[in-house]
Amino acid sequence: MARQAYDEVVLTVPVTVPYVRYSIRSAHWFLGRALAGLIAGAKIPKARIDGLAVASFTLAPDTAVGLTQHLGVTLRWLDHVPMGGASGIVSIRRAARAVESGDAEIVACIAADTNHPDSFRRNTATFSQFAQDAVYPYGSGGPNASFAFLTAYYMREYGATREDFGKLCVAQRNNALSNPLALFKKPLTLSEYLNARPIADPLRLYDCVMPCAGAEGFLAMRRATADTLGLRYARLLGAIERHNAFPDDPVQFRGGWALDHQELYAQAGVGPDGVDFVETYDDYPVINVLQFEDLGFCGKGEGPEFIHANTFEVSGTFPLNTSGGQLSVGQAGAAGGHLGIVEAIRQLTGETLGARVADPRRGLVSGFGMINYDRGLCSGAAVLAAP
Amino acid sequence: MKKAKKAKARRAADKAGSTNAAPNLRGRLSTLLAPGGVRIVDLTQTLSPGFPSIVLPPELGQSRPFRTEEISRYDERGPAWYWNNVSFGEHTGTHFDAPIHWISGRDRPNNSLHTLPLEHFIAPACVIDCSSEAAADADFLLTTSHIVTWEKRHGRIPAGAWALMRTDWSKRADPVAYQNLDHTGQHTPGPDPDCARFLANERDVLGFGTETIGTDAGQAAHFAPPYPCHYYMHGAGKYGLQCLCNLDLLPATGALIVAAPLKILEGSGSPLRVFALVPARSDRR
Amino acid sequence: MAEPLMRPKRKNPISRTRLPTLPPAARSYAALGLTAAAARGAFELQVCRDCSAVQYPPREVCRNCLSQRLVWRAQDGYGELTTETVLHTAQELFFRERLPWRVGMVRLDVGVNVIAYVHDRVGVSPCRVRIEAALDRAGQAVLVANPEHGRHALSDDPKLREMTCDPRTRKVLVSDGKSEVGQAVTRALVAAGADVIWVGEAEPWKKIPGFEALREVPQVKIVPLDVTDGRSVRELAGEIGAKVDILVNTADCHRTFGIAARRGIETAQLEMDVNYFGLLRLAQELAPVMKARAADGPTGAIAWVNVLSIFALANYPPHGTYSASKAAALSLSQALRAELKPAGVRVINMFPGPIDDEWDQLVLPPKLALAALAAALVEALKGSVEDVYPGDVAQDWRARYLDNPKVLERELSGGERSV
Repeated sequence: MARQAYDEVVLTVPVTVPYVRYSIRSAHWFLGRALAGLIAGAKIPKARIDGLAVASFTLAPDTAVGLTQHLGVTLRWLDHVPMGGASGIVSIRRAARAVESGDAEIVACIAADTNHPDSFRRNTATFSQFAQDAVYPYGSGGPNASFAFLTAYYMREYGATREDFGKLCVAQRNNALSNPLALFKKPLTLSEYLNARPIADPLRLYDCVMPCAGAEGFLAMRRATADTLGLRYARLLGAIERHNAFPDDPVQFRGGWALDHQELYAQAGVGPDGVDFVETYDDYPVINVLQFEDLGFCGKGEGPEFIHANTFEVSGTFPLNTSGGQLSVGQAGAAGGHLGIVEAIRQLTGETLGARVADPRRGLVSGFGMINYDRGLCSGAAVLAAP
Repeated sequence: MKKAKKAKARRAADKAGSTNAAPNLRGRLSTLLAPGGVRIVDLTQTLSPGFPSIVLPPELGQSRPFRTEEISRYDERGPAWYWNNVSFGEHTGTHFDAPIHWISGRDRPNNSLHTLPLEHFIAPACVIDCSSEAAADADFLLTTSHIVTWEKRHGRIPAGAWALMRTDWSKRADPVAYQNLDHTGQHTPGPDPDCARFLANERDVLGFGTETIGTDAGQAAHFAPPYPCHYYMHGAGKYGLQCLCNLDLLPATGALIVAAPLKILEGSGSPLRVFALVPARSDRR
Repeated sequence: MAEPLMRPKRKNPISRTRLPTLPPAARSYAALGLTAAAARGAFELQVCRDCSAVQYPPREVCRNCLSQRLVWRAQDGYGELTTETVLHTAQELFFRERLPWRVGMVRLDVGVNVIAYVHDRVGVSPCRVRIEAALDRAGQAVLVANPEHGRHALSDDPKLREMTCDPRTRKVLVSDGKSEVGQAVTRALVAAGADVIWVGEAEPWKKIPGFEALREVPQVKIVPLDVTDGRSVRELAGEIGAKVDILVNTADCHRTFGIAARRGIETAQLEMDVNYFGLLRLAQELAPVMKARAADGPTGAIAWVNVLSIFALANYPPHGTYSASKAAALSLSQALRAELKPAGVRVINMFPGPIDDEWDQLVLPPKLALAALAAALVEALKGSVEDVYPGDVAQDWRARYLDNPKVLERELSGGERSV
């Protein structure tokens, strides 16, 4: 059965609750501030929000349900999306069908996490049953160890060098310099990247995101609703998701996008060439490269060549993570996967916080996450277009 | 009439657990109260876990050494008090053997601890010094002729007196030396069979006492009969005292031994506090 | 770079004793099956009885056909080290203290991925390896990738060595060195390179053949110890307790009576006083100080070994009261294991079948040679196991017990069974 196209679904009101390294506030606070920002930005009363999709690690023991009472919202559509960096894309897919079918009119998609000095250790230790049983006891390196495995494998198999990854990180830092909300304020040189403190070979400090507290959010609705409210928006052209793809690959060298990207572009009505900027899920540079390959921008294993052949600044040949990405802005937990969506909406509506891509017509946002054991289980992507 | 009354009174007193001391005993006690006074000599080793206990082949039932388990010591187990649960075999440490302890004495009247006649708990002692012989020969055996020689000097051993064999063995503080075991068994001094029989039957002693771990010599299993001191003494309703010390502080005659074992129901023996009352001016050897 | 075990330097007495930290100990119920096998020195994974798929990480239903019929089966562990890293940061104190730390991902030939420690004799990935399961200091199973060929001791890797309780360069207390078992164990520990072996002697007046010769061995120090005497245990603990790295409890009173064969409880009481209360006294006096020293670098307290008996598992009626006393000791040793766990001191239980000593004289062969028992004990210390069943009889008995303990009980009460 052919998948139904996304007609008339728009994403609007991009909101960021500014990131801080540590906060004494709980996730409820950040989510609440995001929702406040959304209704203020949309100039609607809170009661107009009748759907909510939430992603947060530190909301526990609450889920989206607890939030309804905490924030005082009465809803006819509710989804808690525990898929890490893929939660944003998955929220879009859920919300889109909801508003298309009339199950909900205005869905708030919010993601937030708080961060305390011991959050990282605590979250890592109890991340999943498989991680508890089969990963954490082996060095407690958290996701750093898991992505070190992938990075080492990819470098060995495809000849990528640290300089290749460094080029991406330096470019993203350049993109972040004009973003007032980025936690990293100074340029990054390739030398600094190469010589930074080792974390887990071959990863060094600037290969890793900085966990922080913050929130991202946007609204999903039908275009007609947005027009009535006088809102600027991005149109949803296509969206894919996949979970536990390629379970028998000995080491993860490709993500679920490899299975679904053709369908994505078919839905969107354009190929990879029709995309003007890309917001990848950049928890580690190697994942960026997997997304280049698996989303069709180059062939499998051609990542290094692709990096050599392009520049990734906002003004470059392949604008990548135009607000700096998680690597330079910070990772507010589950909001990391919403960061790119919110930035894409800003770029496509012309209302960026920092540097602007020249005349963008379409942007691609990708999500990835949940190293349940030895690979990221969730992947997703969406193509958005200017109004 | 008076005699019958006296006898009735005595029987009543016996039942009540008291008795009039025998006349010769009363005499002895009164000499102690003479001017010059009395020395008290402790003949008891301290009852402690390290003190050796009798070694038997492992197939046989074992007599337990002294053990103490603390109940509390001014702590959360008992805030204001200190006390212990102790355990021991009846024949542990300085102890008293009753006739029922041996097969030859099992049918004797008043042969277990709770039925022993009270007047036997104070008795005179004859101390026979074998210290130099025992020093020269760990297997030294006291013989009847040794007794006869002793009596020439100190007089006949009276009936009802303890015969104590002084060997200075108690001065062996190292338990290994005290036990003196090798692959042929134990080597400690004691009486030979005829001597034991003589003292029990011909001298009617109250009992035999030693400083070693048994009244019998270490090699007595090989004698005929085996363990003759136990055999003859208990067979004649006599007693034993073992692991005594300080016999070298006693005169050959003249000391009064106080040896009162615990009143254990059907007890065969018990550790006890045994001490001597020695007149200050007395016949020292 | 592999380094053989060398004698560590003396600790500076004014520096603070390190407190024990442990690797992460949380495991799901299913994952504890891995630990149960590793406790015996086995590497097992779940296998689906319906479709034969091997499972990892451990789980509740088959990842292939969803069957619930998963059974733990022994694995040979062969596979390929596909990728690896060296950690320079870690979330947990235990690993922070031990950085850098090498860890790798292995694709087993049976078709599952495992994350494992990598023995430093393993070359650079990709390469073939052999996975084994070991117990870490938290008492949980972890997987270790060894070179594919040859046997490589955990001790040869300076990081993984900590998972063993190798007696080399260590100070050991053997609670009863006079018995035949005690003498054999002491000699085996000397041969294994222990620095000092305090050998407990009760009843010094009893001369045992072979024991006098032990006095001449330079590493051996005879000390008074009677496990039936609390004061004796306390005094020795006060003198040397703070130096004991490994305690081997060989104290055993073994008599050969059932219930009716011996009137009175004196013999059974002695068996209990040595085999059960003896363990309790030793544990009360020595476990606390061993716990406090458990992380004291390479000279910390690491292990407690009990020589139990396969009779502890199922009563052997001709030695009925002895069996009961060893069963009591087994139960108590589990409590001891739980109390020592937070410090990472491993409790190892040996379950030999009848030993070729004076008390099993009338038991028909096969019997375990003293040297074999001692060798198994030393090997257990050099490995990372908790439960050891040395010898054919012990292995047989254990297999029957696991198969159906009630059937074993009936077999043993038959009377004719030659153990």
